[in-house]
Amino acid sequence: MAKSIDVSDLNIFYGDFLAVEDVTIPIAAKSVTAFIGPSGCGKSTFLRSLNRMHEVIRGARVEGKVLIDGQDLYGADMDPVNVRRMIGMVFQRPNPFPTMSIYDNVLAGQKLNSKRMKKTEADDIVERSLRSAGLWAEVKERLDRPGSGLSGGQQQRLCIARAISVEPEILLMDEPCSALDPISTSVIEDLIHELKTQYTIVIVTHNMQQAARVSDETAFFNLSGVGKPGRLIEHGRTEAIFSNPTDPATEAYIQGRFG
Amino acid sequence: MTTTLTPPPVDVSRELYGARLPTWGPRAVITAAVAAAAAAYAVGVNLLQAALLAWVICMVLPLWSAAVEGRRKATDRLVTTLVSSAFVLAMFPLFSILWTVISKGTKVLSAEFFTNSMRNVVGEGGGIYHALVGTLLITGAAAVISIPIGIFAAIYLVEYAEGNRLSRWIRFLVDVMTGIPSIVAGLFAYALFVLFFGEGVRMGIGGSVALSVLMIPILVRSTEEMLKLVPNELREASYALGVPKWRTVSKIVLPTSLAGIVTGVTLSIARVIGETAPLLIIVGTTDSVNFNLFDGRMASLPVFAFASQRNPGIPPEFSIDRAWGAALVLLIIVMLLNLIARLVSYFFSPKGER
Repeated sequence: MAKSIDVSDLNIFYGDFLAVEDVTIPIAAKSVTAFIGPSGCGKSTFLRSLNRMHEVIRGARVEGKVLIDGQDLYGADMDPVNVRRMIGMVFQRPNPFPTMSIYDNVLAGQKLNSKRMKKTEADDIVERSLRSAGLWAEVKERLDRPGSGLSGGQQQRLCIARAISVEPEILLMDEPCSALDPISTSVIEDLIHELKTQYTIVIVTHNMQQAARVSDETAFFNLSGVGKPGRLIEHGRTEAIFSNPTDPATEAYIQGRFG
Repeated sequence: MTTTLTPPPVDVSRELYGARLPTWGPRAVITAAVAAAAAAYAVGVNLLQAALLAWVICMVLPLWSAAVEGRRKATDRLVTTLVSSAFVLAMFPLFSILWTVISKGTKVLSAEFFTNSMRNVVGEGGGIYHALVGTLLITGAAAVISIPIGIFAAIYLVEYAEGNRLSRWIRFLVDVMTGIPSIVAGLFAYALFVLFFGEGVRMGIGGSVALSVLMIPILVRSTEEMLKLVPNELREASYALGVPKWRTVSKIVLPTSLAGIVTGVTLSIARVIGETAPLLIIVGTTDSVNFNLFDGRMASLPVFAFASQRNPGIPPEFSIDRAWGAALVLLIIVMLLNLIARLVSYFFSPKGER
């Protein structure tokens, strides 16, 4: 089910500004890859270019190749809408739809695309997604309540449930825990471990321990100065990056000497 | 040379608790001002001078404060007094209009007043049925024309054309249109209909077109502001689920901002329902009921009030009473619309945020 990602020579622009330069990285299927690096180094920009959310911003464009199981994501006949159905995304701040109930939020991907389904089928999807997101026990009594009434951590898990209810191949997470307390964070980290068996997961994080805990592979991004493009400095097995980085900048960052 | 710097002993209680006016101070001053004004009015000073006297007495408050509390608090009290008096001043015309219209308009209100037209009525009797029908039909048609145009234009501006040259032009033209005098809108509608139907055309739908010209810019502006309030994160969340843009707009952005949009629509209707000049030009007025927007003159409440006051006949008082009655009914309609806008924004706003 899950698919691998193969990025080669990717340059990402905002208008004329080169934000991320020359990224080449393979991401294996059914693995968790963490992107770490200082603020403004283009981790999130790169993540967003993996499901073509990047081009939602005016003037943003991409050069280079992103292959999903060998298919070019930016090929001329690729529809960004279909790409995003295949590659789900969880954002930094929980963003449940305020006009919808918890139930409808989970089914948002289906409902917004006017997919017809039986009530039992819909109930199944809601329960399965909420169980996978570890939220079922907390909300099963109040599925018809508005999603915005939940706590921050619950809202974020609701957003994860929403993202996995459409059964994507790949799940992108942009600092999913940065607005959450340690308990909610550990719930979501456990969740990432479980989801790994079905999905390819890419996560951006500022939390080094989190990267070390959840990921199989780690990629370190850095930028050489203000106004310069961000670059991928190195990537590899998480244990290797954390115990024996090849680049001195990586070592300095991981040990907290800068950034 | 060495000097030891010993700070002067600070009396904390003095530093933290300065002298203060008693809490009843402001209230006492206002009460005294109102009492003095009432007394002055009672002995024959006119209303304006009495109000002025009250205001001058209120100015005692900052002076008193300056003497007791010091400069900072005195400035605070002065500004508070000025801001409050500006508010009271702004309320004067509102209450004056309400009072005049209600006191002069209520006496003609009766079942007959709402169910009779002015056909074959001379002097006493008659009613505003024809004008009520005309106002509702013309404004309703104006709403039907302008709501889609206004909302779609706003959607284009916010969702599809952010910052391009066309959108800047549209925005500029909308701003210009907001300032169009209503008489110009009426002349525009008249000129337009003359092209098709010849000189001297009178049609209810022409009035609707003129009102639409006034309504559309208000609608575009208010809807635009409401759409801008929808957080971008919701749009991104929707895109990330693989939802196409038009579904995102119709199923996420519009429902989220529905309350504000409906409020804007209601207020724009309230804004144009009292327009007189354009209707005078293109719709005219009549004494009979006319349900057909596409044929001939129609009465409307503002034009009816204007005409009744302008050509009251002999004796004039019945006609002038009816004019006040029509004005009151118009006022009630506008207030009902505002009430509806409130209710709508209460019931339609996203759940959980109330």
